[in-house]
Amino acid sequence: MGTKFKLKQKKQVGKDAALALLKRMLLIRRFEETLARLFADSEVKGFVHLSIGQEACPTGVCAHLTNDDYITSTHRGHGHLIGKGGDIKLAMAELFGKTEGYCKGRGGSMHVAAFDLGILGANGIVGAGLVLATGSGFSAKYQNNDRVTACFFGDGASNQGTFHEAANLASVWKLPILFVCENNGWAEFSPQSSHQKIEKVSTRAVGYGMPGVTVDGDDIEAVYSATADAVAWIRKGNGPILLECLTHRWEGHYAGDPQPYRDQDELQAITQHCPIERFKKQLIERKTITAAEFEALSVEVESEIGEAVEFGRQGTDPNPQDFMSYIYAD
Amino acid sequence: MSMGFNTIAGAISQAITEEMRRDANVVLIGEDVTTGIFGVTAGLVDEFGTDRFCDTPISENAIIGCAVGAAMTGMRPIAEIMFQDFLTCCMDPIVNQAAKMSYMSGGTFSVPMVVRSPGGAGLGAGPQHSQSLASWFMGVPGLKVVSPSSPIDAKGLLKSAIRDNNPVIFLENKLLYFESGEVPDDIDFTIPLGQASVLREGDDVTIVAVSGMVPRALRVADELGAEGVSVEIVDPRTLYPLDTETILQSVKKTGRLVTAEEGVMTCGVGAELAALIAEKAYDCLDGPIVRVGTPHVNYAYNQEMEWATIPDEQDLVRAVKKAIGQE
Repeated sequence: MGTKFKLKQKKQVGKDAALALLKRMLLIRRFEETLARLFADSEVKGFVHLSIGQEACPTGVCAHLTNDDYITSTHRGHGHLIGKGGDIKLAMAELFGKTEGYCKGRGGSMHVAAFDLGILGANGIVGAGLVLATGSGFSAKYQNNDRVTACFFGDGASNQGTFHEAANLASVWKLPILFVCENNGWAEFSPQSSHQKIEKVSTRAVGYGMPGVTVDGDDIEAVYSATADAVAWIRKGNGPILLECLTHRWEGHYAGDPQPYRDQDELQAITQHCPIERFKKQLIERKTITAAEFEALSVEVESEIGEAVEFGRQGTDPNPQDFMSYIYAD
Repeated sequence: MSMGFNTIAGAISQAITEEMRRDANVVLIGEDVTTGIFGVTAGLVDEFGTDRFCDTPISENAIIGCAVGAAMTGMRPIAEIMFQDFLTCCMDPIVNQAAKMSYMSGGTFSVPMVVRSPGGAGLGAGPQHSQSLASWFMGVPGLKVVSPSSPIDAKGLLKSAIRDNNPVIFLENKLLYFESGEVPDDIDFTIPLGQASVLREGDDVTIVAVSGMVPRALRVADELGAEGVSVEIVDPRTLYPLDTETILQSVKKTGRLVTAEEGVMTCGVGAELAALIAEKAYDCLDGPIVRVGTPHVNYAYNQEMEWATIPDEQDLVRAVKKAIGQE
């Protein structure tokens, strides 16, 4: 089977990297919290799926990607967009349905895409991004350009046929794809135990002849370290890897979901898994950063989010009569 | 224009070869394409290699999904789905991904890809290897739908489809693969998408015939011509965007329309054409619009039963006579 991929001991990050990771996670958290309020106030419409609690995964993975690398995303995709360096102003404008938004108001939450950043779109169809990733992987391999595709999906999507077809094809063709399973334990309203007879989705990798590893997805340094090694291995032309990040979905399937199906005690205690608090505490204990530095970062993020909301709110409404545009490319 | 002689299968193979020579981003992926179902792509791998001519696992979702992702990232893939019936296994990447990507990204992404797929009954292949599904895809905004009936059209339209910046569903007909005719050698020869072709001029009735029904309609035109009925035959060639202008012009001239498709008539190509004429040329009609196609049923394995199902020359003659009031 050639080179073996093995998970190494996680490494601690230095101050600059730590602050960058913290800021990115905070941006995702505050973006989502703000969105929840905007949705409750009916300023943002449609269906919104929040990724609160899952910030470490897109942040740690995308930290090892350049603008030229690709990601495919999911219905719960705001974190992936922001993790990959998406502009929160353009993202917010899209959620407000404005012309300035990433998709000029045509896509919204479930379809936000950014060509220049290699973000091949959030996706309203669970598991659809898995097969699209084989395409960007194919392009990169054919064009011999070193680009990696990080393909985000959930434990629920791992039961779609597209997971099987994509994993198998990627393995057979040795495509440069990091399959990132964000296992938050819930497929819409159903717990993992009711939808698959395995605990770790990564164990499925063996069936495709590709490496599969599982990390604590709420531990940003674990995600960051594992991805560093995985992306380096993939860039060398060794083929795909399945990286599973065990994480927690704090909110319902969609914003406003009352979650009658969840254990209330578990929900009460869920913040103990907070990837931001855990990292912050470790960094302060290690004296990598100070509490004041964290506070300054929080203020900075609050301010950027505030600007993004205003940018979105003040954006230009598209002319409703332009509804026929963009259905075909020139 | 220097002309060669070729079959439809050969013309398709020529179009693929020329476009792959012209543009290094054109690749072909699908099940067993190096061997080539019906021999259409057989041997091409020798020139282009397995980097560009890629046999896939039997995974239709992955074939189309891969083509969509590749098209979004700079390639111009041709994806082959071995039988039109198998398109049902990859409806999500066709309908929700390829077709909607330009629209839902506000025009930032385009999906320049072609899905080639043979259809049509008549080989005793049974209900799951015989359908003609053109009308399913005509109703999907974001897709273009092409269905050629001659070697020259197959070559010219496939080249245009490959160069188009949108997803094009290119529907071939199994029984037509070995029909032959003149094909231009010129590598710059293309036929624009969205242009119908008037194959036979006539005054009494218009038959708009699609794919496998075109040669049948031409035979009927000869037969009825001998009886003094002058039949005009229009082949739309591209079903979306449809050349409504040419079709309307013809029906306005003849005052009568017969539609001919091999697929099921319910919500079919003929239904769309009938609606077009009813909306835009109602006053010009001198008789009822008559549809020819497969009734609401599947194709049997038993060959006599299969051919009883497939619309043929007799059905067309009956339809024309009904349209001109000679029933």
